[in-house]
Amino acid sequence: MSQSDQFPGPDPTSGEGAGFGPDLAEVFGPSQSDGGPELVQLLTPEGERVHHPEFDLDFSEEQLRGFYRDMVLTRRIDVEATALQRHGELGIWAQLLGQEAAQIGAGRALRRQDHVFPTYREHGVAWCRGIDPLRLLGLFRGVDHGDWDPAEYGFGLYTIVIGAQTLHATGYAMGMQRDGVVGTGDAERDAAVIAHFGDGASSQGDVNEAFIFAASYNAPVVFFCQNNQWAISEPIERQSRIPLYQRALGFGFPGVRVDGNDVLATYAVTQAALQRARDGQGPTFVEAYTYRMGAHTTTDDPTRYRLSADVESWKLKDPIARLEAYLKRNGLADAAYFEELDDEAARLGATLREGCKALPEPRILDTFEHVYAEQTAELAEQRAGYAAYLESFETEGSHA
Amino acid sequence: MSTRITLAKGLNMGLRKAMEDDPKVLVMGEDVGKLGGVFRITDGLQKDFGEDRVIDSPLAESGIVGTAVGLALRGYRPVVEIQFDGFVYPAYDQIVCQVAKMHFRSKGRSKMPMVIRIPFGGGIGAVEHHSESPEAQFAHTPGLKVVACSNPVDGYWMLQQAIASDDPVVFLEPKRQYHADKADLDESATPEPLFTSRVVRPGTDLTLLAYGPTVKTAMRAAEAAATEGRSVEVIDLRTLSPLDMDPVLDSVRRTGRAVVCHEAHVNLGMGAELSARITEQCFYSLEAPVLRVGGFDTPYPASRIEEDFLPDLDRVLDAVDRSLDF
Repeated sequence: MSQSDQFPGPDPTSGEGAGFGPDLAEVFGPSQSDGGPELVQLLTPEGERVHHPEFDLDFSEEQLRGFYRDMVLTRRIDVEATALQRHGELGIWAQLLGQEAAQIGAGRALRRQDHVFPTYREHGVAWCRGIDPLRLLGLFRGVDHGDWDPAEYGFGLYTIVIGAQTLHATGYAMGMQRDGVVGTGDAERDAAVIAHFGDGASSQGDVNEAFIFAASYNAPVVFFCQNNQWAISEPIERQSRIPLYQRALGFGFPGVRVDGNDVLATYAVTQAALQRARDGQGPTFVEAYTYRMGAHTTTDDPTRYRLSADVESWKLKDPIARLEAYLKRNGLADAAYFEELDDEAARLGATLREGCKALPEPRILDTFEHVYAEQTAELAEQRAGYAAYLESFETEGSHA
Repeated sequence: MSTRITLAKGLNMGLRKAMEDDPKVLVMGEDVGKLGGVFRITDGLQKDFGEDRVIDSPLAESGIVGTAVGLALRGYRPVVEIQFDGFVYPAYDQIVCQVAKMHFRSKGRSKMPMVIRIPFGGGIGAVEHHSESPEAQFAHTPGLKVVACSNPVDGYWMLQQAIASDDPVVFLEPKRQYHADKADLDESATPEPLFTSRVVRPGTDLTLLAYGPTVKTAMRAAEAAATEGRSVEVIDLRTLSPLDMDPVLDSVRRTGRAVVCHEAHVNLGMGAELSARITEQCFYSLEAPVLRVGGFDTPYPASRIEEDFLPDLDRVLDAVDRSLDF
């Protein structure tokens, strides 16, 4: 079976539906809170391993424990950062609570040579790329706009403007095509890009333009949408009348909806989509169906717009709990493993708390140096003027 | 040895040379490939450099600039063509929020060596959105550099220099001049640095500042003024961000008078910034307030009356007279 055959969908050439076609409500039914029948799942909310005809993989015990560790530590980063915001150490924090599986599944499917274009919530993917979580805090503490080298980690800086990065991802993928690192058959060489975005971003023009460019040039990019059901206060129904993954078909590439709270399924689907891209078969849309358990950010109050009953129902689908149940039921991790992981998480939390407060304060005079690769005389002059102004106070002070 | 060329040819030759010199240089935009661009600036490039380097894009300006950001991050040097000035706005967010800020945001780790070519200005009898002068919107944005060429020789050199720059450059081309006057290009010459202004006609009584399409108008005004015994110095600004103030200030300190001329709306246009800087830095040399001549603060009019909107010889001379009579 070729990679492209793995992505099922309606046949656009069937010619069915004269006039204006079938009633959408009939086709898709009422709002599908369980993700609907097309949802790819390998691990149920109860922790039962199930199989899927197209997307199935054998996972080693080590891999399963690795996913679990990644998700636990990622949640710990999120909890600590949320607490740091409550303590006034961060100005704001964008929580990922509930989306750990979507991010770890996608993040672990990457190869070293792949490149990630994140939103501002991809803390789990950053973790998979080896970025010190302390570096994620700078943006939210207000000491920088992101302090890692995107080229070194294959992980772009967080993008605040919704959806803008999907075009960057597509262009980067076009660059990979020109560099001859797509479809060579060399696993060490062939590369792909993954663009992260959310359900709200799917309404942005840039995202739709990215789909068009990627399809037109057959760019090696995976559009990974975490549909967490909410764009701040607006539900997914405000963004789309059809399941998001089905939009891909209209752009001419496959789309698949995966259980974003199932790390195994997310890994399997993303890995297949990335491989398809690396092989030169073009873009794929992956809709990771999940739920934003927390607020949009620490400034948000979700009790104003959504029912706690919905949140409660999604608690039963927790991504970590289901893998924990699976590990325990199958004897893949013992009490010592969980205890050790708890300790590791506690140490990580302590490191973040200490490190956050120790992040160096930025200096306004330094910022002048970063505007251009080649500094301009007028900006250098403006900087010098302000430096002299500051020094004038110091001089006055020394006279006192 | 020199070749006689139009501005369109100069730009085309400049692009070709840049693509020959550096395999990372790409050209992208609407109709830039097979057609050679609606103004033929990219004529013949796709045939010689292939579809991977001269990329016909889907009709989406944000998409063009946004994917160019990704290509630049991957190590390419994209030269983006925006088909007409008034079509740049769908890409405005990508230019202002991404292109301009990437180097700053990344503390210099990610460079953005991109050129955004925009045919600008009016006078071609076009329909709405095809005759605008949006330079101040970009010059106002930290992180961008903005230049405007006025003649074929500058077109050839400045475009290559902009492409070689590691910073993003908005490159404005006076579309009215594309196929107008010819000039002699000596490809073996050494060009002046990109971000410099140039005195194109020396004078002693008044400094006339222009760029892009108004340089020609300014030169004609200076010639006309000379017949009345008035010596007008004309400066082709060439660079709008950063401004190269030294030649401007040197000139105004000698002449004591300055008039700025551009097609863009006067309100908060380049003339406002130039006037402020001249006033701040040569206050005691000034014999008259700095005057501005430009497009009115109306949207660009229907083309049958565009010459009434654009600063012409008479309106420039009127400002020159008002300054000298002050």
